[in-house]
Amino acid sequence: MDWSWFHRLGSPPHVYRIAGRLVPWLGWPAAMLILAGLYGGLVLAPPDYQQGDGFRIVYVHAPSAWMSLLVYTTMGSAAAVGLIWRMKVAHAVAASCAPIGASFTLAALVTGMLWGKPMWGTYWQWDPRLTSELILLFLFLGYMGLRDAFEDTQRADRASAVLAIVGLVNVPIIHYSVEWWNSLHQTPSVMKLGRPSMPASMVVPLLLMLAGFTLYFAAVLLTRLRGEVLRRERSASWVKEALQS
Amino acid sequence: MSVSALRAAQLVVARDLRLAFRRRAQLAQPLLFFVMVTALFPLAVTPELSQLRQSAPGVLWTAALLSSLLALEFLFRDDAQDGTLEQYVLSGHSLTWLLLAKTASHWLLTGIPLALTAPLAAVALGASPQALPGIVAALVLGSLSLSLVGAVGAGLTLGLRRGGALLSLLTLPLAMPVLIFGARATQLAIDGVSYAAPLYLLGSLAVLALTLAPFAAAAAVRISLE
Repeated sequence: MDWSWFHRLGSPPHVYRIAGRLVPWLGWPAAMLILAGLYGGLVLAPPDYQQGDGFRIVYVHAPSAWMSLLVYTTMGSAAAVGLIWRMKVAHAVAASCAPIGASFTLAALVTGMLWGKPMWGTYWQWDPRLTSELILLFLFLGYMGLRDAFEDTQRADRASAVLAIVGLVNVPIIHYSVEWWNSLHQTPSVMKLGRPSMPASMVVPLLLMLAGFTLYFAAVLLTRLRGEVLRRERSASWVKEALQS
Repeated sequence: MSVSALRAAQLVVARDLRLAFRRRAQLAQPLLFFVMVTALFPLAVTPELSQLRQSAPGVLWTAALLSSLLALEFLFRDDAQDGTLEQYVLSGHSLTWLLLAKTASHWLLTGIPLALTAPLAAVALGASPQALPGIVAALVLGSLSLSLVGAVGAGLTLGLRRGGALLSLLTLPLAMPVLIFGARATQLAIDGVSYAAPLYLLGSLAVLALTLAPFAAAAAVRISLE
């Protein structure tokens, strides 16, 4: 098998070019999917028989929560690749993931709280999923804080990579312990998202939003990655050429 | 490499214990902090023992978590400053193994004394004497995990100027499962029912941390010493 495409990914100018070419191919489908999902979710889908129109926030909340985990996994995997094969571009990917992931996590928390006010009568419930999201936000912030504390980019890369990998091992443990903790303290009061009784007119927009958010993440990640690569290679001659052309 | 790995670990533990006992005041500080935090709660909330008993697990474990964080800052700091850690790296022994020994002595010096002080604080918060073995057992197992996970954070923040605050930001989210099961075991012990299940879970967390954390700690220390 020809591995040269993979080895070329280690080269910053190549990654900068490829990422720039891919962004519109990811960004436009993302925009169309999100628009279609929002139309389907906010207009076409019938109101829920228990929650009325309030349930519609799920079309932003659930994809955000799903993305927060996906971004953390991407970040941890990229950090591991960077640490093991000493691939600078992989570290740049991990560094670019963190602010995006923190934003998705925050979005999931805020939409969860807004949904909670009419449904639970309070902005905050110690619901296991919300609590896990909160801890995930702390993990993202810790990662960003650690990166920020180092002046040398290479040391920041490797130290934060260790943290990201430790966090990746811990995320499922935290998730299940929070779930277990909660099941002992309060009766479950949340509707199950995955319940089979949800009609297709509700599910299809949700799937469109999931796909749209995923593509959106990829587009934003590549855009941030381009900036990150430029910042890291600012003294290289190819950067000058790329910026002049 | 003139000594065996086991002997090297013994030497590390012996050295750490000897150094710690020469600075007893520093050794006592986290314990004093623990007792003081637990004493603050009745003053801030209520002196009513029946109410205190309900919040006792939370108070004990939050105080234990904070006081173990306080002690974590010193885990590698002095040894990094005087070059001992570099000698460990150069010694030819596995750094993972030596750091495991170092973490073990840290646990002996902070976790075990904490677990032994806890009955005092627990009784003051209204726990019955029958609950004390469970509370001590939970803290012994929980503090082992905290020391091991904390060693990774301490290694990562080694030599950073504002390492202290960052250390808590990194370690606390990772310590959440220990807090949950530890407080749960304590709760059950105070209620006088079987606390075996959360204790087993604490034990499995400790075993998992024992297996994986030293490798991460060694990688972290290596990066920090570069």
